[in-house]
Amino acid sequence: MVKRLFALGLLTVFAGLFASLLSGYVPDAELNPSARYYAERTAPDLGAANLVTAIIVTYRGLDTLGEVTVLFLAAAIVGLVLGSGRGIHRPRPDGRPAHDPHSRHSAPPPDRSAADRANAGRPDEAPSSAHPPVGELLTTGSHLLAPLILLLGVYVFANGHLTPGGGFQGGAILASATLLLLLAQPGRQFSHRLISALESLAGLLFVVIGLLGLALAGGFLDNRILPLGTLGELFSAGAIPLISTLIGLKVGAEFSSILASLSETRHYPALRVQADADTESAAQTRNQPADHADGEQP
Amino acid sequence: MPNLTQIALATGFGLILIGFYGALTRRSLLRIILAFTLASTGVNVVIVAIGYMRGRTAPILDEAVTTTTAVGRIIDPLPQALVLTAIVIGLGVTALMLAHAYRLFLRHGTLDIAAFRELKW
Repeated sequence: MVKRLFALGLLTVFAGLFASLLSGYVPDAELNPSARYYAERTAPDLGAANLVTAIIVTYRGLDTLGEVTVLFLAAAIVGLVLGSGRGIHRPRPDGRPAHDPHSRHSAPPPDRSAADRANAGRPDEAPSSAHPPVGELLTTGSHLLAPLILLLGVYVFANGHLTPGGGFQGGAILASATLLLLLAQPGRQFSHRLISALESLAGLLFVVIGLLGLALAGGFLDNRILPLGTLGELFSAGAIPLISTLIGLKVGAEFSSILASLSETRHYPALRVQADADTESAAQTRNQPADHADGEQP
Repeated sequence: MPNLTQIALATGFGLILIGFYGALTRRSLLRIILAFTLASTGVNVVIVAIGYMRGRTAPILDEAVTTTTAVGRIIDPLPQALVLTAIVIGLGVTALMLAHAYRLFLRHGTLDIAAFRELKW
């Protein structure tokens, strides 16, 4: 109760601050100097029609490089945190490679409890069997839509310097195709090798283009290593389309890797069995709160 | 009659307050993560609303907004670029929080933060 009152008091303070900000806010009538600089100099200097992309890719390109690095770290840590539940607790008994082509297309079993028993006995077998079968519509629809979604993603980041869009948006659209495929085929195994190769190649080329800018043009990530071309054409704005394509691939690969890590994580009962097998009594001596675990108890 | 900027700012501040309230009072880790996401969405809305200027258009040059007339016709592109960055990073951070919450759930069998005693003093 005291805690809630304390929280409410803190919120009142914040609300007062926000109210004074809101009441005293006067919108600018003119662009401020930095925005004016971007508005006037972007087209002649960089040849990009979309100022937001020009800022992200070139003016603040170093920030973007840092940002994709942060995203890479997040994806790597998600993979590490979720993956250690599989690898450390129970190593693969026969050393079979993780990407087993046979487990991908295994037919879903008729009933769920049988699937749970199968998973509990052999935790590394056929992750798809833990899910109920997906519908015909979703499967067929995903086959139809996934290439189109990928195409839209490529369009969005390849035209990032002309239309609303850019590397991050296009990459997110690419990852949404991954999400659709995972929904349609829950046990699907994406090739982590391919994802990480794509991701590191895009990152490497990003840095190489940045260094080329240092050598051939005005500085790190300068886009004028290629001809600027005519404003509004696809092949214009120097290296901006190239860099935003690389950002798009990298972001798409990172999000896909996060999604793949999340989907490859075993559902709760199977992991519970694994955890209990390792730490026998830890979970039993603790009194289990009933919420959050309803219906999941084996 | 409040204008669009004020409505957007008020919405953003409201989302921030809702998020703070949830993060401070809820006990389920999942709801705390949700509250953080709400608060960061509110921050993004506020930043975009500050960049908005009445009667102007998106910072993209074309036939209607040429290089010479751009200064008088576009809004500030910088807040949009910042928010674009913030959204992407926010997604990564949310995924990270969810992964850690999942590991905590495996270890403790609950998402109630009162059950996590390792860092208590």
